[in-house]
Amino acid sequence: MAVLYVDNQPHEIRPHEVGKNLLKVCLGLGFNIPYFCWHPAFQSVGACRQCAIKLFKDEHDTKGKIVMSCMVSAKDGMRISIDDPEAIEFRARVIEWLMLNHPHDCPVCDEGGECHLQDMTVMTGHTYRRNRFAKRSFRNQDMGPLVAHEMNRCIQCYRCARFYRHSAGGRDFGVMGWHDRVFFGRFEDGVLQSEFAGNLVEVCPTGVFTDKTQARHFTRKWDLQTAPSVCVHCGLGCNTIPGERYGSLRRIRNRYNHRVNGYFLCDRGRYGYEFVNSPHRIRQPLLRENQAALRPISAQAAITHLGNLLHSGRAIGIGSPRASLETNYALAKLVGAENFYHGMPTKHLRIVRAMLDVLKRGPAPSASLHDMEKCNTIFMMGEDIHNVGPLMVLSLRQAVLQKPIAEAAKLHISDFEDAVIREAIQQEKGPFFTGVPGFTKLDDQVTQAYRGAPHDIARLGFAVAHMIDPAAPAVEDLPVERVQFAQRIAKALQDKKPLIVAGYNCGSESIVRASANVAWALRKKGFAAHLAYTVPECNSMGTALMDGGEIDDAVQAIASNGIDTLIVAESNLYRQLSLSGFDTILRRIKHLVVLDCLPNETTAWAELVLPAATFAEGSGTLVNNECRAQRFYQVFSPAGDVRESWKWLSAAMVASGRAQSEPWPDLDAVLAALARDIPVFAKVPGITPPSSFRLMGMPVPRESHRFSGRTAIDADQTIHERPPEPDADTPLRHSMEGYPLQPPASLLGRYWAPGWNSDHALNKFQQEIDGPLREDAPGVRLVEPSGGQPSAEALNIEYLGLVPPAFQRRAEEWLVIPAYHIFGSDELSMHSPGIAELAAKPYLQLNQADADSLGATPGQLMTMTVESAVCTFPLKVGPGLPDGVVAIPFGLPGLPGVALPAWGKIRPAQPGEPTGVRQA
Amino acid sequence: MLSEEERKEIEAECALYEHRRPATSEALKIVQRHRGWVSDEAVKDVAEILGASADEVESVATFYTLIFRQKVGRHVILICDSVSCYIMGYETLKEHLGRVLGIELGQTTSDGRFTLLPNACLGVCEQAPAMMIDEDVHGHLTPEKIPDILSRYA
Amino acid sequence: MEKVLTKNMRPGEPMEIDEYERAGGYQGLKRALKMAPLEVQELVGRVNLRGRGGAGFPAGKKWALVPMEQAARRPKYLCINADEMEPGTMKDRLLMEGDPHQLIEGAITSAYAIQADCCYIFLRWAYKLSARRLAKAIDEAYAHRYLGKNIQNSGYSLEMRLHTSAGRYMCGEASAMLDAVQGKRATPRSRPPHAEVCGLWGKPTVVQNVETICCVHHIVRNGPEWFMKLSKTEEGGTKIYGCSGRVNNPGVWELPMGTPVRDILFEHAGGMQSGYQFKGLLPGGASSNFIRQEHLDTPMDFSHMEAVGSRLGTGTMVVMDDRICPVGVQLSLQEFFARESCGWCTPCREGLPWIARALRAIEEGTGQAQDMDVLDLNAKHIRLGNTFCALAPGAMFPLESALRFWREDFLEHVRQKRCPWKE
Ligand SMILES: Cc1cc2nc3c(=O)[nH]c(=O)nc-3n(C[C@H](O)[C@H](O)[C@H](O)COP(=O)(O)O)c2cc1C
Ligand code: SF4
Ligand code: FES
Repeated sequence: MAVLYVDNQPHEIRPHEVGKNLLKVCLGLGFNIPYFCWHPAFQSVGACRQCAIKLFKDEHDTKGKIVMSCMVSAKDGMRISIDDPEAIEFRARVIEWLMLNHPHDCPVCDEGGECHLQDMTVMTGHTYRRNRFAKRSFRNQDMGPLVAHEMNRCIQCYRCARFYRHSAGGRDFGVMGWHDRVFFGRFEDGVLQSEFAGNLVEVCPTGVFTDKTQARHFTRKWDLQTAPSVCVHCGLGCNTIPGERYGSLRRIRNRYNHRVNGYFLCDRGRYGYEFVNSPHRIRQPLLRENQAALRPISAQAAITHLGNLLHSGRAIGIGSPRASLETNYALAKLVGAENFYHGMPTKHLRIVRAMLDVLKRGPAPSASLHDMEKCNTIFMMGEDIHNVGPLMVLSLRQAVLQKPIAEAAKLHISDFEDAVIREAIQQEKGPFFTGVPGFTKLDDQVTQAYRGAPHDIARLGFAVAHMIDPAAPAVEDLPVERVQFAQRIAKALQDKKPLIVAGYNCGSESIVRASANVAWALRKKGFAAHLAYTVPECNSMGTALMDGGEIDDAVQAIASNGIDTLIVAESNLYRQLSLSGFDTILRRIKHLVVLDCLPNETTAWAELVLPAATFAEGSGTLVNNECRAQRFYQVFSPAGDVRESWKWLSAAMVASGRAQSEPWPDLDAVLAALARDIPVFAKVPGITPPSSFRLMGMPVPRESHRFSGRTAIDADQTIHERPPEPDADTPLRHSMEGYPLQPPASLLGRYWAPGWNSDHALNKFQQEIDGPLREDAPGVRLVEPSGGQPSAEALNIEYLGLVPPAFQRRAEEWLVIPAYHIFGSDELSMHSPGIAELAAKPYLQLNQADADSLGATPGQLMTMTVESAVCTFPLKVGPGLPDGVVAIPFGLPGLPGVALPAWGKIRPAQPGEPTGVRQA
Repeated sequence: MLSEEERKEIEAECALYEHRRPATSEALKIVQRHRGWVSDEAVKDVAEILGASADEVESVATFYTLIFRQKVGRHVILICDSVSCYIMGYETLKEHLGRVLGIELGQTTSDGRFTLLPNACLGVCEQAPAMMIDEDVHGHLTPEKIPDILSRYA
Repeated sequence: MEKVLTKNMRPGEPMEIDEYERAGGYQGLKRALKMAPLEVQELVGRVNLRGRGGAGFPAGKKWALVPMEQAARRPKYLCINADEMEPGTMKDRLLMEGDPHQLIEGAITSAYAIQADCCYIFLRWAYKLSARRLAKAIDEAYAHRYLGKNIQNSGYSLEMRLHTSAGRYMCGEASAMLDAVQGKRATPRSRPPHAEVCGLWGKPTVVQNVETICCVHHIVRNGPEWFMKLSKTEEGGTKIYGCSGRVNNPGVWELPMGTPVRDILFEHAGGMQSGYQFKGLLPGGASSNFIRQEHLDTPMDFSHMEAVGSRLGTGTMVVMDDRICPVGVQLSLQEFFARESCGWCTPCREGLPWIARALRAIEEGTGQAQDMDVLDLNAKHIRLGNTFCALAPGAMFPLESALRFWREDFLEHVRQKRCPWKE
């Protein structure tokens, strides 16, 4: 342990904190030092001068000198003073300077009440504005549907520009002007192009950037009911804090999980939430009798109806990768494991299962987002990562800096000196190789890219593995330049921390197998290779860990075996199946029962629709891409009959006379059953405390102690105070009453500490700044390589085979590959107006030469026949696509789930041919 | 659209560096040399040729005093307002110039002939008060000398 | 007295390379090329050549920070600071217009000493004549193989580029200048690491003022003892001094380092114009502290000026007379600094405009007692170490000293609600 003397008191600091900046260390010790330009994720630049403290040479030095604590490294035995009068006075001046031009519009500012600037102003004791001159003012910009801009509030801390450019790689925003006219914005009005722009809302210490979606239903932080949650819009499982008031979800904020998403979210995750408030929500059970329209029935009638269906005939169930483990499990339990099918495209299921197989066999473990940041060499196969695993972009952007930063360290540059490091490393980036089917937004970070069809990308991967370890299968007939490229990659990867990224983007199992070989070969050679996979949905991994059939088998079963009832839990079959498969189901099934939160092509045909809770209205467990199981908690009790699907299914179990005699009483009961039935989930119940958990006898409140209007909230209807909504499933309570202090991290749904109303209160919840939370609970990883990390000799690696043949373009047909879109490809977020506004419009993309060969020009309507679907879309000509390959956007509303890649035919649309999709 | 000549000059500047971005301020100066100022359009064009975003170029363009992001007159008068010139009669000179031209600092005459801008020390303090018109420095100024000097710039 | 830096100067066009060579030019460089780089460094270290750009840091000490081992990161750079935007300063212009080859020779010699691969001259935009003359001289130097590959068959190679600024005082600050050369916004950098280790494009870089560089080959050629003897004090060499304001003969002169203020003011600048009384002066450009009558006998060198509470700065003084309003002068100074702030750190970005507004109010007759507090308060807290770079502390030197010397004049403005110097 090292010692730091703060105001003459010794404080122990951890050895690895020596050399870190004093501000961080002092905040970690619990001291309050005001700051602005420093941020744990992008470190120090020394611009704001707010974090000034006194530094003394030794114990005899009584004068000391003022230094910026964020710019000085902590040393053993160092003596500093925070309370030194001169330091206090200087800090007071700095805040005074910053507030000279501030509009002081807190009452009408959306940041009010959770504003770091407010907190720091109070902390430094600044109360009176002496500036008697006119304040400067700026013009605000329209930055699109998600982020609002109010530049007059700016205190020029430069964080926004640093985040946007350096962390997120955005290039359409920055700092303009000079002296006291420094302006943070865009060259001209227009939508912020970064997928991470929403983080500006949290990165900005005051109200320059605020959440435009929240502004439409604005609620102050302290009036929001919140609970710890997990994002449902992609497979990475970022942790979130949703906030509710008056039964509608008002916003999503980042929830810190140092292993997963750290401080940031992507815009799909942050702004996708509004589907919860959709006016189209299914809030009551709906029944269709005699081909009539669906009409509401009571919950009890619905359960009875379902019970009868199950009682009388053969039923199968189709689960969903966007539903919780609990729901999938409950469905499997209800219909019997042998009648349970996975509600995702067969191709996706096979890919995800291939990944699971790779991760289970090992020896390369999957990397968390945090692990990825620390890797120093990357080989990415097939992924357009901005669109399939957005937040991974931020990790990869950090990873490419690892090597240059290590180089810079040789110049004795402290690792927290952000600006200095950037100068030192300039354009340098660590080795980052990719094989992708087109251009991606990450290309500017890439050392060298190969652009090819999925098969060829897989072949490149197999070749790399073979070059690292000749025992891995070789690739025949690889062109010379690709052999050389593979050699280059193989050489670069044999480094301390290589990372192999692959996923579902190309719809190729071969790529997954190739990625395994590369990672394993590296492990065999003694390099600590990690694997990072993207998966399509928030619980793809979790459901794939369960037994169950492929969705195409379900179609088969229905087509051939005379199944009476199909129960679909939170899956829109239209998106998971080919048009013909979907059609088969509709034609052949007698009773279609669908549980979901929003109407879709599947609910439209259902006999019985049950209103399913969204992530915000229920509790459950999701397993992310690295196989980390994480719990999300109900934020608020939904109106109507909305409840978690597993609750409906559990009730149906009883009503049908199958399995139980009583419904599962609470979440713990489902979890216990799950853990008992499926061993891989054994640890799942333990990732958070049981519902009976109490602190000093108290539950954890979802509402802040400042929650206003509790007694008056329903005053227009009743003078009686409404009792808190019951919650048997969790140790949380829908109330402002409960344990007033810090709950365990997994129950932490709000950051607040005395004097710290903004998100920066997080400082007070971390074991050390930027480290794990107190009583850390980052979820539990369910799959680790078997046998842990064996020694190189002990590794008996059985490489994966089936090297695919090289891609051959066809004369009359095109290989159709999916193009994923952060805004558009995700089903639920498309019900949020802001996301929908930014979503891609349908198109069909070819490279220039191929477009020319068809005599087609950009914008021209083209018709493509692929499987049973005929799509007529405008042509987009994009660079980078391989010859003979066409890309179509995946998952836009209305697009059926064609299993891509597949072969299709293209022709110019005939006059009058309507745009859109129809059956062949 | 950048002219062929502008393009060539910018390319030549880019060729001096490993990457293209370091040529940003130089490219803006090249454009300005050809057109007197840098329009929004030109910022985008420069960005394109440098492989930068318009925002990145704008960030640089708006930092420097002598990149004009607004249209200026045919001749730009930079009047030195720094300390030596101030002592030697800057205020009187400024007022006089303003009266003669009928404009204030920061404005352009209605015929588009002159733009009058204040400027930091021109480095000719021994000749204070001084001003610079286009590329020429005029020192030891008095109100009487102004009409004659201005008449040299059509 | 021996002229060194201005010896070759004459009215009209400066010497072309042949003439310059005939006058003994490039001899210093040739001599240096025969020495080991470290020997050249050592020579410059011996004379304690203090930087003429304002801060007075010894060039030898700076060079000693440059990694010289074989494996040092390359390319290494020498950047010549010819930005000269300090109000009241016009000495580097004289050197560049008057004898461009002298600068180039000094630059090559210095570059050789640190084994630089590339030298940038960062020239102020307004110096159009300097730009033309330097460009021509650089071409000549290339043609005569003083630049380029294998200079004079010494095996040493150096490229030289002239970079003209797009205008901003901040660019003169050594670390901000590096950004400017890189085509970016000129924002200063924090130290360490020093530019000598991590400068231009992250590579070892020395930044040196024009006048400093001009001395180097003379030192090599004539030896340290000669150089030390040029001066009147311990600080060797000559110095380009200047004087502007209401004096009879404003101008720039090369004089022995340590020439007393009085000599410069009365002898060379010809004393005050008739009808004007001496009130005070800024000895070395806008960012130095005023001195008064009682300091006139101080030798103008770094240490002596510091001893009387000011700085040598650029050595080009600005004289304030009794008929110009000291508040107005201060206003001009502070509006300059406020306008030129890069906007990076808070004290500078916010403090300087506040000062300027308070001063404007005082000068225009709307000042209040509390505006004086604004001045005092800011002057107290905008200090080296409290700010990110030296720009804002530099702005406080004239303010703080003026408030000390002529406080009554400020108060009088507030009391009378007008400027007593105006009708
Ligand atoms: C705001 C500011 C402006 C400066 N401007 C100049 C300048 O125009 N020319 C110059 O040589 N030094 C200038 N300097 C000093 C440089 O930072 C640096 O010290 C100098 O160029 C180093 O050269 P020297 O050691 O040879 O003097 C400036 C410093 C500051 C803080
Ligand atoms: S906009 Fe916000 S983040 Fe950006 S500089 Fe201003 S206060 Fe800082
Ligand atoms: S937080 Fe340290 S200077 Fe801004």
